Amino acid sequence: MALYSEKVMDHFRNPRNVGVIENADGIGEVGNAKCGDIMKMYLKIDDDCISDVKFETFGCGSAIASSSMATELIKGRPVHEAMQLTNKAVAEALDGLPDYKMHCSVLAEEAIQSALEDYYQKHPEKRPGA
Amino acid sequence: MMIYADNAATTKMSRAAIDAMLPCMERDFGNPSSLYSIGQRAKELLEQARADVAAVIGAVPQEILFTSGGSEADNQAIRSAAELGRRSGKTHIISTAFEHHAVLHTLKRLEKEGFEITLLDVHEDGLVRPEELEAAIREDTCLVTVMFANNEIGTIQPIRELGAICRAHGVLFHTDAVQAMGHLPIDVQADNIDLLSASAHKFHGPKGVGFLYARKGVRLTNLIEGGAQERGRRAGTENVPAIVGMAAALKESAANMHANAERMTKLRDRLIRGIGEIPHSALNGDAVRRLPGNVNFCFEGIEGESLLLLLDDRGISASSGSACTSGSLDPSHVLLAIGRVHDVAHGSLRLSIGEDTTEEEAEYIIQNVKEVVEYLRSFSPVWRDLTSGKSSFIL
Repeated sequence: MALYSEKVMDHFRNPRNVGVIENADGIGEVGNAKCGDIMKMYLKIDDDCISDVKFETFGCGSAIASSSMATELIKGRPVHEAMQLTNKAVAEALDGLPDYKMHCSVLAEEAIQSALEDYYQKHPEKRPGA
Repeated sequence: MMIYADNAATTKMSRAAIDAMLPCMERDFGNPSSLYSIGQRAKELLEQARADVAAVIGAVPQEILFTSGGSEADNQAIRSAAELGRRSGKTHIISTAFEHHAVLHTLKRLEKEGFEITLLDVHEDGLVRPEELEAAIREDTCLVTVMFANNEIGTIQPIRELGAICRAHGVLFHTDAVQAMGHLPIDVQADNIDLLSASAHKFHGPKGVGFLYARKGVRLTNLIEGGAQERGRRAGTENVPAIVGMAAALKESAANMHANAERMTKLRDRLIRGIGEIPHSALNGDAVRRLPGNVNFCFEGIEGESLLLLLDDRGISASSGSACTSGSLDPSHVLLAIGRVHDVAHGSLRLSIGEDTTEEEAEYIIQNVKEVVEYLRSFSPVWRDLTSGKSSFIL
């Protein structure tokens, strides 16, 4: 039995949307090196849509795969949909994660939330209900 | 290419061990406690194995107790010494912070039972200082337990000196020699050892078997009660095939020890030089006083599990002290004990080469470790902060 699903290994071996966006509209970083996981998300937002997203991750295989999958799930989506992304959706899209690795999907959700929060801080008028 | 570089985790069984085991299963399958000839034949094989094991470490056969492995031997050695201590009112035990969990968790249990435990510092080089042991011994010390060689960073402790200090103070000395047995010369007499644990699968024997050496006169406490096997100190029908396989593997390892160590040390040092060329990396543990097959590095800016997975994709089996590979939140207690901070302890790699590792394989490992570390750093936010000057390098 393999440690991870084929999907996790695919996203770990060939992570999508790796890198940095210069002049990103929103940047979020969560986790800490002490615990062994850090994720950084960069968002480009045009017309209330995530037109581009990139990530950088320091972490284990499932942390890298979760980051990659999370970017795939929000890329091209409206901002309000990206706000709804849950760790469960990330884990499910990866065909599951081992129990003790679920926190990696939580970190991916938090990284995106954090990047969106950064975007709203820069553009308060875009915040829902503003 | 398929390269097994995790011999500290387990080893492939030797042909000699397998060949010795098969007749014990097919022909001489009797119970050594039975009086008829098939049983007595098994008994002979068992006692020959005991004599063979004893001879390798300079013991007499009666001092060898077969166990289910290193962990059981560690548990029994420490429990026995603690029981002897308790009877004479001595409840202080000295050990080190980077012992195997079979030792540390047994000590934790004893602490709950009223024992006081002192853990010696192993310093940045991963070596115990004899003078610090001398200073830590008290009137009520009943046991000192220090591993022969560390399982993660391979550092070889000054066992003979530590044993001499214990002897001078009349304190029992136990060593967990699981990583050293079959790889380093061990002589329980010259090395002043009272109790020693070993595990067969670390020297090309089968899994699930090991032995405990207990100097004549050191009374053992049973962990398993039942029949009178092993002179009444370990109940249960002996695992004759495994014990015979262990003895065959140990004899072979001992016979080739010198030549193997010389070859492996050269390859080890080549790996240390090659991998050491990676910027912001550091060797863990003393470079010279370490097992011939052990290489252990920390790399800044990356995490160990992803490193292992990518090396596995390239056919290299290795190990890491990262939290993610253990399923716990903390990285290796060994790396923390030698002063590595969490941030870099997560990015560790242990390579433990074997007797059959080739120069070509060593070069392949160096090349691939370099490439994978560089790749993982290329999208690590930690590495970005380090290289952009936002945070400072530790290594």
